[in-house]
Amino acid sequence: MTAYLVALRAIVMREAWRFINQRSRFLSALVRPMVWLVVFAAGFRAALGLSIIPPYQTYITYEVYIVPGLCGMIQLFNAMQSSLSLVYDREMGSMRLLLTSPLPRSWLLFCKLLAGTAVSILQVYVFLLLAALFGIKMPAAGYIYVFPALIASGLMLGALGLLISSTIRQLENFAGVMNFVIFPMFFLSSALYPLWKMQESSKLLRDICAVNPFTHGVELIRFALYEQMNPQALLWVSVAFVICMLGALWGYDPARTMLRR
Amino acid sequence: MNVFSVQDVSYSYGSKKALDNVTIELEAGRFCALLGPNGAGKSTLFSLLTHLFVTREGQIRIAGYDLAKEPRKALARLGVVFQQPTLDLDMSVAWNLSYFAALQGLSGSGVAKRIDAVLDRLDMRERAGEKVRALNGGHRRRMEIARALIHEPEVLLLDEPTVGLDAASRTAITGYAHDLADNGLLVFWATHLVDEIRPADDVVVLHRGRVLAHETAEALAGAGRLVDAFTSLTASLPREEGAAA
Repeated sequence: MTAYLVALRAIVMREAWRFINQRSRFLSALVRPMVWLVVFAAGFRAALGLSIIPPYQTYITYEVYIVPGLCGMIQLFNAMQSSLSLVYDREMGSMRLLLTSPLPRSWLLFCKLLAGTAVSILQVYVFLLLAALFGIKMPAAGYIYVFPALIASGLMLGALGLLISSTIRQLENFAGVMNFVIFPMFFLSSALYPLWKMQESSKLLRDICAVNPFTHGVELIRFALYEQMNPQALLWVSVAFVICMLGALWGYDPARTMLRR
Repeated sequence: MNVFSVQDVSYSYGSKKALDNVTIELEAGRFCALLGPNGAGKSTLFSLLTHLFVTREGQIRIAGYDLAKEPRKALARLGVVFQQPTLDLDMSVAWNLSYFAALQGLSGSGVAKRIDAVLDRLDMRERAGEKVRALNGGHRRRMEIARALIHEPEVLLLDEPTVGLDAASRTAITGYAHDLADNGLLVFWATHLVDEIRPADDVVVLHRGRVLAHETAEALAGAGRLVDAFTSLTASLPREEGAAA
């Protein structure tokens, strides 16, 4: 096995093992979307009427609508959690182990990213299983089609997390990430309401939602769950991934000042 | 050729100069103490040596490789023990060691043997499956030193490795590092504690970012004690307030 794959395997195994061992993290990663699905969606079902929009071919209930958005939410939270653990690792010193390895830093950061994405996909599948047990089922093949979509959206959100972690100097600043990244990204997207519905209340908000990469991640997942490809969403997600990844590599460049504390 | 070479290296945090024209040349098989008060620039020098920071002023070579031009080759020949612990407390002793080896790109039976050898040397073979959290501070530190040697580097850097340890652990670790130097490794040991240094060791005195002296501890101490020589050297240049660490 090449040195690159050896490092990749070790980093993925470590992340997966850490995730499974942190039971509370595992539990909260599942409870959060389930609360949205079971409580929030039930309350909203009555308030929100949905028309038939692609990829749906019939009228759907609100619970069905928000499942892809909640898959995206799981990945978004997971990416921010990974980012937080990177900042923590840096403060505690274990990040130095990674940064002083003779393997290229860009590869090691990419391994971290893949590891986080793998963990987030694991969570999404467990969530989809639970949703199915609650009677919210997708077309059978959708569960397979969604896999590459989850890789793409997971990498994009993970790269965003990496970029954020390279710019944050102290752990304490992380609370700001919740307020300024997770909430706006989630609420200003098509995760909870379709864009046309948003347009009814504000054109500006709709436009913001339409450029939010998270919207496109969610749409990619939504279409894939219904066995369809959304090329526009894939393009947006890919572009956002490349930009965030380049930004993160720039941030972790030793010639830059970001790592200085 | 010297296995470790720092030539005319300077580094600034903004307008504050942390290292000023530092030059240190060292041969294999030596124990060199980097002695300096807090804020002398030891940590900055370590960050440069481990490629966490880079500077345009000066050149650093590890085992003949220029750290700026061939960082990966240079880092592969470098073992590092940071001041902050870098072990994963919830992973087992053996997993910590193999994780590190994997980050160096090493795997397979050769590495497994090296890990076993490392554990034997530490008398920790039977504790390989235990979580690091169960080990005391002294054992954790020794494990970190052993881990830094898995990829068989030519230079071992240690940044104040005995901080927070009891006297017995300190003595054990200092002795262990001297043994490594006797076996041909270059050990570069940052400290502010003179009692960790033996008479035949090299001593580099760093103060306010400058090298004030570089000779053996014996020569530096002269007829007196090393601590007095060190105190008088650093006292002649009052410490700048707020100097970068």
